[in-house]
Amino acid sequence: MNTTATKNPCKLCAPLGASLVFKGIRGAIPVLHGSQGCATYIRGYFISHFREPVDIASSNFVETTSIFGGEKNLCEALENINRQYNPEVIGVATTCLSETIGDNVPLFLNNFLKKKGSEPFPDIIFASTPSYSGSHIDGFHAAVKAVVEYYSHFRETADLLSARGREGNSVAVLPNFVSPEDIRHLKEIILDFGVNPVFVPDYSQTLDGVSWNKYEKIPEGGTSKEELLSLRKVSSVIELGNSLNEKDSAGKFLESEVGTKRHGLGLPIGIDLTDDFFNSLKIISGRKIPDKYIAQRGRLVDAYCDAHKYLFGKKAVVFGDEDMVVSIARFLCETGIIPVLCASGAQGSELKKALQQLSMEYKNKIVIRTKADFVDIEEEAVALKPDFLIGNSKGYTLSRKMGVPLIRVGFPVHDRFGASRISHLCYKGTQELFDRIVNTIIAKKQSESAAGYTYM
Amino acid sequence: MEKIKEVVLPDGEVLMEDILSKYPPKVAKKRNKSIVFNDPSRDQPIQSNVRTVPGIITQRGCCYAGCKGVVLGPTRDIINLTHGPIGCGFYSWLTRRNQTRPGPEGDNYMPYCFSTDMQDDNIVFGGEKKLKEAIQEAYDIFHPKAIGIFATCPVGLIGDDIHSVAKEMKEKLGINIFGFSCEGYKGVSQSAGHHIANNQIFKHVVGLDDKKKKGKFLINLLGEYNIGGDAFLIEDLFERCGLTLVSTFSGNSSIEQFANCHTADLNLVMCHRSINYVADMMEKKFGIPWMKINFIGANASAASLRQIGRYFDDKDLSRRIEKVIAEEMPAVEAACKEVMPHTKGKLAMIFVGGSRAHHYQELFAEIGMRTIAAGYEFAHKDDYEGRKVLPNLKVDADSRNIEELVVEKDPERYKLRKTQEELNKLEKIGIRMKEYDGMMPEMVNKSFVIDDISQHETEMLIAKYKPAVFCAGIKEKYTVQKSGVPMKQLHSYDYGGPFAVFKGAVNFYREMDRTINSKVWGLIKPPWDSNPEITATFVLE
Repeated sequence: MNTTATKNPCKLCAPLGASLVFKGIRGAIPVLHGSQGCATYIRGYFISHFREPVDIASSNFVETTSIFGGEKNLCEALENINRQYNPEVIGVATTCLSETIGDNVPLFLNNFLKKKGSEPFPDIIFASTPSYSGSHIDGFHAAVKAVVEYYSHFRETADLLSARGREGNSVAVLPNFVSPEDIRHLKEIILDFGVNPVFVPDYSQTLDGVSWNKYEKIPEGGTSKEELLSLRKVSSVIELGNSLNEKDSAGKFLESEVGTKRHGLGLPIGIDLTDDFFNSLKIISGRKIPDKYIAQRGRLVDAYCDAHKYLFGKKAVVFGDEDMVVSIARFLCETGIIPVLCASGAQGSELKKALQQLSMEYKNKIVIRTKADFVDIEEEAVALKPDFLIGNSKGYTLSRKMGVPLIRVGFPVHDRFGASRISHLCYKGTQELFDRIVNTIIAKKQSESAAGYTYM
Repeated sequence: MEKIKEVVLPDGEVLMEDILSKYPPKVAKKRNKSIVFNDPSRDQPIQSNVRTVPGIITQRGCCYAGCKGVVLGPTRDIINLTHGPIGCGFYSWLTRRNQTRPGPEGDNYMPYCFSTDMQDDNIVFGGEKKLKEAIQEAYDIFHPKAIGIFATCPVGLIGDDIHSVAKEMKEKLGINIFGFSCEGYKGVSQSAGHHIANNQIFKHVVGLDDKKKKGKFLINLLGEYNIGGDAFLIEDLFERCGLTLVSTFSGNSSIEQFANCHTADLNLVMCHRSINYVADMMEKKFGIPWMKINFIGANASAASLRQIGRYFDDKDLSRRIEKVIAEEMPAVEAACKEVMPHTKGKLAMIFVGGSRAHHYQELFAEIGMRTIAAGYEFAHKDDYEGRKVLPNLKVDADSRNIEELVVEKDPERYKLRKTQEELNKLEKIGIRMKEYDGMMPEMVNKSFVIDDISQHETEMLIAKYKPAVFCAGIKEKYTVQKSGVPMKQLHSYDYGGPFAVFKGAVNFYREMDRTINSKVWGLIKPPWDSNPEITATFVLE
C-alpha cells in the first residue's frame, strides 16, 4: 500500500548521523543548531544503544530565536562549549528548525571567527543536516564529507603533492555507520597490511570505552586533527557503502579534488564483498594477504558448508540502512538463505540496483521495498512467511507479532546488551553473525521439537 | 561491622564557589541563582524554569517531548500523530516506560509511531494536505476514538494550521480530533509541553461523558504516569480500600477516562509540577477539591491514604484503609531491617523530573540514607519553595507563550463537594487542601538544591561527595558510572520497578542494596595498580 504517513519508521533523522561522525573525531564535541530537544533526544538514543556517556550541545532555540535567527545563540553556545570542554574540534550540525528559518550558518561561523581574530579557537566543522531531507545515513555522510573537506581544504596543487610525494603507507577509511567493534576490526586488518588507516570517523573508543579512573569531559579516542590533516597526502581512500551519490561522497571529493585513488566498496559482509575489500588492501599495500585472514576466510567457508543443512532454503526478512541491507542480503544468498524481503526507509536507488540482479537469480523471489516503514514491511512479510528477521531493534514488534526470531544488527539496538560489540564486517565479523544466525535457526527447531532433543 | 572512617562533609559554600568559577561571569551569575545551599529554617529563593544557556549541556527535553511523550504517550486509545520530519516521532516512540492495560478488547496504539515524515517540498509548500491524508489513513486503518496532532519545530514556522485541519477532519470523520501547538522551541523545557497537552485535554475531552461510575468514593489521580507499573500498584491499593478511581492523568489512561473525570469527588495530585493547574481548573469548573499526596515511600503512602480517608470522613473507609496499611507494613518493615545495615548513613543525590527528586527522598530516608543534593530538571519555583510563592510569581516571556485557560463554573456540571466550613474543619485536623510546601523545606540542612543541573556541576558534586548512589536519567547514567558511582535511573527505573506504595518500596530498598553494594565498583582498579583509592563513608552530624 502506498501511504502518505509513515507508521513505525525504519529510519532516523539526519542530525543524529552527523553527531555520530563528530563523536569519532578526537577532542570533538557536537553542537546541534536548533531546539534543545533534538540534542536531548539524540543523546538518549545513542546512550541507550552504546551505553556510554554522549554529550551533544545545543544552541537552545526559543521562540524569539526562531523568529530573529540563531546567530547569537550559536555564538554563545560555541563560547560556552569552548570554555567548559576545551575541545579541539566543534562539529556544528543544523536541525529542521534552523534550516526552515534559513539560518546561514557558514556566514555566522565566518563572522564569529572574524571577531575572534588571532585568538585561538577550536576548529569548527559544519554540516547541513535538515531532518526533512533524507535520513540519519544522509546526515552521517554529510558530516563525513564536511570533515574531509575541512581538513583537505588547504590543499596544495597536485604538482606540489607529487613533488613532495604521497604517503603510500596511509589510507583514508570512510567506514560508514558501523559498530565500534567493526571499526576496531577494520583497523586491525589494515594495520596488518602495514598500512596506517585514517578513519573518518573513528568512534571505536569514544563510544565503547573503558571504565575511568577520573572523569573525562571528552572521552579518549577518535581520529586526531593531525591524522585528518594528513588526508591531503594519503594515496588511497576506501569508502564503504555504495548507496552514496556522487555529490555526498567524501571519497569522490578526495578523488576529484585531491587526486586520491578511491576504492568504493560495498560493506564487507560475506565472502564476496570481503574478498573485494581484501583485494583492495592488497593493491593499496602491495602486500600479500596475511595468513591470519586467509585462515579466517577458510573457516568461514568451512562453516558455510557445515551449516548448510540448517540454512538451505530458509527465508529471511532484511531491513535497516540501505548499505547494510544490500550487504547482508548478498551474504545470506551465499549461505543458501533467501532474503525474501529487503527493505529500507531510505530512498533506496542503490538497494534496487544492487538487489535487482540478485532477485533475477532467484526468479524474482526477492521483494525489494524502499522508503519503507514497518507497516509496509509487515504487509509484505506476513505473506512471505520468513524464518527469521534481521535488522535493528525496531523490528521486535513485528518479530513478536509473527512469532519469528529477530537477529539484531545495525542501529539502534536498544533491547539487547553489547550493541557496540556487534560484529558485522569482514570474515571474522561475518563468522560471528553467521554463527548467531545458525544458532537462532537451530534454537527454534529445538524448541519446537516434540522430543526435546539435546543433540541438534 | 566495617570500620567507618570519619570524614567531614565538604564545605558547601566553598564548593559552590568552585563550581561557579569555571563559568564565564555571565553564566556564573545566572547559575548562582539556581544553586542553593539549603537551610530549611530560612526562606531561600531559587531560580528555576529559566532557559538553559546555549552550549551548557542540559538534560532537559523540549516542549514536544513533554506534550507528546509524557502526557499523551501513556494514553492508549488515542492515535498520536506527529506532524513533522521523522526524528521527533521516532525518538518518542515507545521509549518511556509507562505501562498500560488495555484489556482484551481495548484499543492500544502506544506501540505505534505515526508521523507525517515531512520532506523538503512539505517545508516549502506547506504540509497541511499531507497532514489531512495522514489523519485519513490513521482513521481508515484503526477507526480510533480520537486522534491528536503534535506540531514539531518547523510546523509553526511554515504556518501550517494544525487546529483548522483538526477541526475539518473532526467534522468529516466524526471522531474527536484536536491539535497541540507544542513546537520544540516553545517554553524552557518539557514542562511547557505538559501544560499545552493538559490544556488541550481539558478543552477537548474533559466533561464529554457524564456517566458516573459506581462507587461511594470517586477519585482522580493526577500526575501519575505509571512508570514501571507504579499506577497498577496504586490502583490495587485503592480497590482494596474501597476507593473508586475514575481517571489517572496520565498513566494506564484512556481518553474515555479523561472524558468523565469531572464526575469524581476528589483530585489527588501526585506530580505537582505537571498537573497542578489541571487540578485548579477542575476545581473552578466542576467544584472538585484537590490535595497533594505522595505514593512514593511506605510512610508517605500510608499518610496519603489516611488523608483521603479523613477527607471523605467515613468510618468504614478509614477502617479499610487501616486494614490495608496493616497488611502491607510487615513486609516493608522486614525489608527495611534487612537492608538497613548496608545502607544506613550513606549519601544519595537525586536530579530528576518535576516531583521525583522530592518524593524519592522519602524512600532513601526509610533506609537510613541521606539525600545530600537534589534538584529538578523542569520544575518551577513553587515546586521548590511551595505554593506560597505563587501570588508573587513573575510571568516571563516564556510562560506567557503558554496559554492560560480562562475557566468558569460549568452551569450544569459544577457541584460543590465541600463547603468552606467543611474545608476549614478539615484544615483543623491537618488536611490542607490545595497546598504544597515544595521540596526545599523538607530537605536536610546543608544539602544542595540545584535546578537544571549541568554536566559540570554533576561532576563537581560527585567528585566532592562520592555519593553511594546518584539518581537521574539515561543521559547521566553512564557519565556517573564512569566515575565509579552507582547510578539509578528514576525516569525509567532502569526498566525495572515498580517503586510506588508499599510493594514498590520493598522493591526499591532491595534494589538500592544491590546497586550500592555491588562488587563491581571494587573491580575498577586492577590489583597491579598500587595505591588503591581510599574510600570513605561520611559520618553524619
